[in-house]
Amino acid sequence: MEGKILNVENLSVAFDNTVVLENINFNVSKGDVLAVIGPNGSGKSVMFRALLGLVPHEGKINWQKNVKIGYVPQKLAVDKGLPLTVLEFFKLKSDSKKDIIESLSSVGIDTGPSHEHHLEHHLLNRQMGFLSGGQFQRIIIAWSLIDKPDVLLFDEPTTGIDVGGEETIYNLLHELQDKHNLTIILISHDLNIVYKYANSVICLNKQQVCFGEPHSVLDPKELSSLYGGEARFYHHSHAEKDHHVEQSDEHMEQ
Amino acid sequence: MLELNYLHIISAIFVGIASGYLGSFMILKRMALVGDALSHVALPGLALALLFNVNPFLGAFATLFVGIIIIWLIENKTELPVESLVGLLFTFSLAIGVLITPDEHIFEALFGDIAQITALDTVVAVILSLVVILVMKKISKSFILTTMSPDLAKSSGVNVRRNNLFFLLMVALIVALGIKAVGTLLMGALVIIPAIASKNFSSSMSRYVVTSSVIGLASLLGGVILAGFYNFPPGPLVVLASTAIFLLSLLKKA
Repeated sequence: MEGKILNVENLSVAFDNTVVLENINFNVSKGDVLAVIGPNGSGKSVMFRALLGLVPHEGKINWQKNVKIGYVPQKLAVDKGLPLTVLEFFKLKSDSKKDIIESLSSVGIDTGPSHEHHLEHHLLNRQMGFLSGGQFQRIIIAWSLIDKPDVLLFDEPTTGIDVGGEETIYNLLHELQDKHNLTIILISHDLNIVYKYANSVICLNKQQVCFGEPHSVLDPKELSSLYGGEARFYHHSHAEKDHHVEQSDEHMEQ
Repeated sequence: MLELNYLHIISAIFVGIASGYLGSFMILKRMALVGDALSHVALPGLALALLFNVNPFLGAFATLFVGIIIIWLIENKTELPVESLVGLLFTFSLAIGVLITPDEHIFEALFGDIAQITALDTVVAVILSLVVILVMKKISKSFILTTMSPDLAKSSGVNVRRNNLFFLLMVALIVALGIKAVGTLLMGALVIIPAIASKNFSSSMSRYVVTSSVIGLASLLGGVILAGFYNFPPGPLVVLASTAIFLLSLLKKA
């Protein structure tokens, strides 16, 4: 466990005799960004829930002693009619206005004296259901950071955020990792995100298909066995930023 | 004409506030229909109490208690089809209740009767209303978080099962108190309508729960006073009063 914030051995989860995760092994060091990838139904969210202690499991999940975990769920049941303001949402967790302001500024929301009016009227007193997808995501991240966690579990949103907004969220996570040495475990559907931000990756398809550094483990063969023959994936290479390299199906089945 | 006295007024004030307050949480949890159907479970208990000359409140609470335990157990086993099972159980208890309720009491059991109200009834109503308000206030933050995301709540250390049990117990208490005034068939309206009307008036949680309590108070007190004047059963008048307020709230919303 030296230097490791999380160590998982032989993790298996079954619901009613249906195995949803089998024999998962990986570890995470402090300051790592671990991406969890896999097709729909591959057990990514279940693994998160197991890591949070929300589902019964077999095997070992060893968190570093006294580790504080923040969690950003994939979705919250917030409809337009929910009469809950952003401030009230924060107050579910902390009554300290100072902490609230601090965590808002750590996710890049202007909180200086000249923005006070704007912050009060256009953010804190707004109903949660009226926030845009990107704002909403930012607020939940700020919420999860309020008690200064060591690890952030981030279940990627699949809807409601446009590409630009998504980019900003990941830049933000990257920044948090740099500034606060935050360890991040994230579920992502976007391989670009994985290449760009993660320093390790685990591929799930009920079983563990790969684990390691993205550039060494994410070869076409692994991805093919992960997503099946019909998988396509896009990969921005750094040299040719605007050029998508698309692997054809045939290529992947080599 | 029904002789209205201060006992009626005091009971209506307290039970009205507590019903509106609790109802606001029932609507947040999206259990409008379950709440309505649950009130029917009171009928067999009420009938047995009348048959054996026990205080009707105790009889109603006894069967409601069984009802909420069943809901609580179903909620913890999410794979069961909650709605259909609840629908079956509750119409079943309504059927049994109607069969065993003594003929001369059937109307009051279904639609409420406050002709005979004792000082003891009033004291019990006041104390239990305060208990409901205090317990809900105590668990309100974690309750709201749970309605948004049970996983997020659990991972923040909320004991969701225990909170749920407390909440359902409060529902049973309020229903058992309220059926005296509005009857088993119409009790659902006393908790549901103030909350959905309040939702239209409110953009924050603090305003929503307070407005719902005020509407609960206005509906029950208004209905009881009208019933006194016109010698109608109070239940239907309470429902009419709250529906009128709901219609007003639609104007505000539009």
